[in-house]
Amino acid sequence: MSENKDYKWVGTRPIRPDGADKVTGKAAFGADKNLPGMLHGKILRSPFGHANIKSIDTSAAKSAPGVLAVMTSKDLPDLPSEMAEAGESAVDFRDLSQNILAADKVLYHGHAVAAVAATSAKLAQEALKLIKVEYEELPVVLEIEDAMADDAPILHENQFTSGDSTDKPSNVAAKMKLPRGDIEKGFAEADVIIEREFTTPTVHQGYIEPHAVTASMSASGHADVWCCTQGAFVVRAMTAKILGMDVGKVKVTPSEIGGGFGAKTTVYLEPVAVKLSEMSGRPVKMVMDREEILRATGPTSASVIKIKLGATNDGKLVAAEGTLKYGAGAYKGSPMGPGCMCVFASYEIPNFLVRGFDVVLNKPKVAAYRAPGAPMAAFAMESVMNEMAAKLDLDPIDFRLENAVKEGSVAAYGPKFPAIGFVETLKAAKEHPHYSAPLGKNQGRGIGTGFWFNVGMQSSATLNVNENGSVTLITGSADIGGSRASMALFAAEELSISYDLITPLVSNTEETSYCDVTGGSRTTFATGMAVVKAAKNLVANMKKRAANTWGVEVDEVLWQDGQAVPPFSSGKNPMSMAEIAASAAKTGGPLTASASLTAQGAGAGFGVHICDIEVDPETGKTDVIRYTAIQDAGKAIHPSYVEGQYQGGAVQGIGWALNEEYVYNDKGVLQNFGFLDYRMPVANDLPMIDTVIVEVPNPAHPYGVRGVGETPIVPPLAAVAEAVNNAVGVRICDLPISPPRLLAAIDAK
Amino acid sequence: MSKTHVTTTINGDAVEYLCEPDQSMLEVLRDNLELTGTKEGCATGDCGACSVSLDGRLVCSCLVLGVEAEGKQIETIEGIANGSELHPIQQKFLENAALQCGICTPGFIVATKALLAKNPDPTEEEARYFLAGNLCRCTGYDKIIRAVLDAAAEMRGAAS
Repeated sequence: MSENKDYKWVGTRPIRPDGADKVTGKAAFGADKNLPGMLHGKILRSPFGHANIKSIDTSAAKSAPGVLAVMTSKDLPDLPSEMAEAGESAVDFRDLSQNILAADKVLYHGHAVAAVAATSAKLAQEALKLIKVEYEELPVVLEIEDAMADDAPILHENQFTSGDSTDKPSNVAAKMKLPRGDIEKGFAEADVIIEREFTTPTVHQGYIEPHAVTASMSASGHADVWCCTQGAFVVRAMTAKILGMDVGKVKVTPSEIGGGFGAKTTVYLEPVAVKLSEMSGRPVKMVMDREEILRATGPTSASVIKIKLGATNDGKLVAAEGTLKYGAGAYKGSPMGPGCMCVFASYEIPNFLVRGFDVVLNKPKVAAYRAPGAPMAAFAMESVMNEMAAKLDLDPIDFRLENAVKEGSVAAYGPKFPAIGFVETLKAAKEHPHYSAPLGKNQGRGIGTGFWFNVGMQSSATLNVNENGSVTLITGSADIGGSRASMALFAAEELSISYDLITPLVSNTEETSYCDVTGGSRTTFATGMAVVKAAKNLVANMKKRAANTWGVEVDEVLWQDGQAVPPFSSGKNPMSMAEIAASAAKTGGPLTASASLTAQGAGAGFGVHICDIEVDPETGKTDVIRYTAIQDAGKAIHPSYVEGQYQGGAVQGIGWALNEEYVYNDKGVLQNFGFLDYRMPVANDLPMIDTVIVEVPNPAHPYGVRGVGETPIVPPLAAVAEAVNNAVGVRICDLPISPPRLLAAIDAK
Repeated sequence: MSKTHVTTTINGDAVEYLCEPDQSMLEVLRDNLELTGTKEGCATGDCGACSVSLDGRLVCSCLVLGVEAEGKQIETIEGIANGSELHPIQQKFLENAALQCGICTPGFIVATKALLAKNPDPTEEEARYFLAGNLCRCTGYDKIIRAVLDAAAEMRGAAS
């Protein structure tokens, strides 16, 4: 345990190692990879929201000028339905394959149907027009409740609700139940019961970098893939599986990644580009445009969530009931599971029942988005908590403190919590000057809290010592927000050498050992653990070499200030790391150390956000005027990038609360398919986002680290809604709180 | 369609290229000239990732045609640093940790340079409004705005 320890490097704020290339335009992102003789691939997409594919005729496209390959799902192996772990969530490879190229049916507007590779992007685009697809249009279903109705159009004739003994196909892919105690008894004990239903729309992760890949298939059957991804190894696994290839014959090199937020933990283009390259014998580059990204990738689930909460007059929660329905898009796999596990995870509630539904819709297949499922669940639960506090005439933070989980509490999803920082985070919020600052006319303040599990999973790290004692640090964890800086800080601390002597790299799938995706807020936690372990191995090795050189016992040698220190009695001088490195040839060869592990004990993350807004009562427009994000990081390795996670997550949540939503017409065609109309927050929408880093060390990590990336998007939705309620006295349960919606609610008051 | 011959100046270098009449400046920079520091986020002028300076005016290069560069001066992200010496804006972006993924960073730096050329002492609000055309999804803008104000102060100091 490292509490109260003074660190030399951990907790400092050096400039990130990849920074200079990113401010000068040198850093190579997904679309920046070009190869000689490269073709350009384009995708033909469905013009219908739901249709059977009767036939596809590609003959005219194949003979079009400049075209070297045309493919459809017929060029992919017909995979059996098989679930596999893929990063944070499970995926069915058959669904994945049919999502990247539709087989018998298109399930959403923009669903990929065929692909062309040609000598220029323009010729590929022209050739798409020559592909003749005969469709039989089917009715679309876009809303969760409609999809669950008995007479709903069915997306998959072979999908039956998992766990139900019925022979009737259903759009409900799966159900789940999470019970504790006796809710009837619990609600009978309650003095106050509140029951409300909440809805959230489909929203997109909104990374600025488009999905991009360049693939080259060699005549030997070895595929080289360059792409922007949160996990090169998951791209390798999915590409190999979808194409029926040996995973060892697919090399994936991750580029710099321009945002992902969970959505770049799957594949859309990569298997297609590899196949087109195989068919044409030429490298193939594919880059999505923004319209394709919004129509056919990413989004996270729309939700319908009902919460019933019972409390006693003295502020004790006694019963809770939650019904959480998540839209999965075209294929099963919404974040129903984590949503249900999260919804009551922050509180000690003796009696509860959670029910979850995973519902398919004629929308794109959802992908992970920062704490998948949790923001919607917290919007509902935290809104009811705020209303309950008001009804009980309790301060909303005191009310939460009364019921907060702490070390030893049994989490709603099963395990007993080790040391966690929810209480400390709530107290830090209450003590923050923001919480008691005065407000003006039409202004209001709200709070919301958030929980996320965080994950561990598999990581590896290698440290190679150069002949001058500097170090190359290699991992396979995509750096999506500054993690190379954190990895170098861990190594600098353990080796007690300067941060500047360490060059951290993210390598490809053939030149580094396995790392799971950068997701689940795991990289600083888990890959950091692997770096620490490798560095400890390296120090042990260097101490041994020094001991042998001096003829002393290894346990007499200390490692201090980047040097091996002999026992005083030996009369020898300390050997610096540079000296040990320089003499490596004589002491056992090159100095290198690796470590790999499955990280256990990812500490849960808790956050509390305080939001002030001002409403223009004439237009219904809401402006966030002050915002503070407070969260337990366990230990902040590079505090600037921890703050950055808090700020970025908070602002994505603010966008979700106030502006963002997918707008469909009744044919299932997305109407706002660009950044002008899919309105994400811009600089002048926002104030500074203040942060407070609480540090309650995670006992499972050598430096006390908890993941921090996902929790910050969980609290804002309810915090913003409560602030609006406190400003104008209307409780909005349907997001976004857009000006027309709020104005109508104010007028109806 | 025959290609058009264009003579222009990019980051101080005399440059000639052939481009299709309908190719955007962004496509020319990235695909024809391999200046890939300028990024495409949307190609519809909504995200600012492709910001460049055209005769001193800040533009989205996705909304300018390659042929329009004839006889003009273009500055891209690759031209901001003075050789291997970073521009104060670049340095302040690094010091303030004003980037996470970094895809929007070139556009922000080019736009910030345009802002500070016009207004060397912007208020926070002025900086936020000027940069409203540049989307960042990672940072929530806090550290970017701090970097911009910090760079402005540094550059005013250097100028006085």
